[in-house]
Amino acid sequence: MTEEHEMEGEGGVIKKFMFVNRKAPYGTIYALESLEVVLISAAFDQDVSLMFLDDGVYEIVKGQDTKGIEVKNFSPTYRALEMYDIEKLFVSKESLEERSLTEDDLLVDVEVLDHTQVAELMAAQDVVLSF
Amino acid sequence: MLHTVNKSPFEKSALASCLKHATAGSAILLIEDGVYGALDKTSFSDQVRAVMPTCGVYALGPDLDARGMSGRVMDGVKVVGYDGFVDLVAEHPNVQAWL
Repeated sequence: MTEEHEMEGEGGVIKKFMFVNRKAPYGTIYALESLEVVLISAAFDQDVSLMFLDDGVYEIVKGQDTKGIEVKNFSPTYRALEMYDIEKLFVSKESLEERSLTEDDLLVDVEVLDHTQVAELMAAQDVVLSF
Repeated sequence: MLHTVNKSPFEKSALASCLKHATAGSAILLIEDGVYGALDKTSFSDQVRAVMPTCGVYALGPDLDARGMSGRVMDGVKVVGYDGFVDLVAEHPNVQAWL
């Protein structure tokens, strides 16, 4: 937690928060829980980034249809993050490639970063929350 | 024997271990996050393709649909519904679940 990153906002100090998403949706509760916390964080006017890494990239793949497993399809919610001013979405290039996925397969606009850029961005955060 | 795998091959070694221990004539059914092992052109596809000459490989359709993966299944994987899951269990004398 370094002083230089902190800015004074109207409601106090604004910190850089990153949510690191590394789990596929539905198989575990992590992806949904992360999304819930991200939405809560939006209420506190913080500098929020989302990183989709490893199986986390599957969270934002287009065409999810959960009727057959009787679980809520929460993937449309990622498209609503923009309305909460959460617009910094990053995806690992290597994680996409290992899974034969491209940016066109994703349901939100993202910035694709290689592992060096991912590491730099992580290092620049005040708080990193892992899911 | 019927083997079921419910973990992503990118996150856990369950599928890799299953593939290593499945004998000829076994069936392997991929369910839940295990269905990511049924996909074409991933870094894991070749390992699954390698057992196809001796083992039947199946993936559960509703789990593929939920994850948006139905159009990405590799050739040779048979997509089944819950009825097909029941048939596989009934056809095999025993089941091993790789968790």
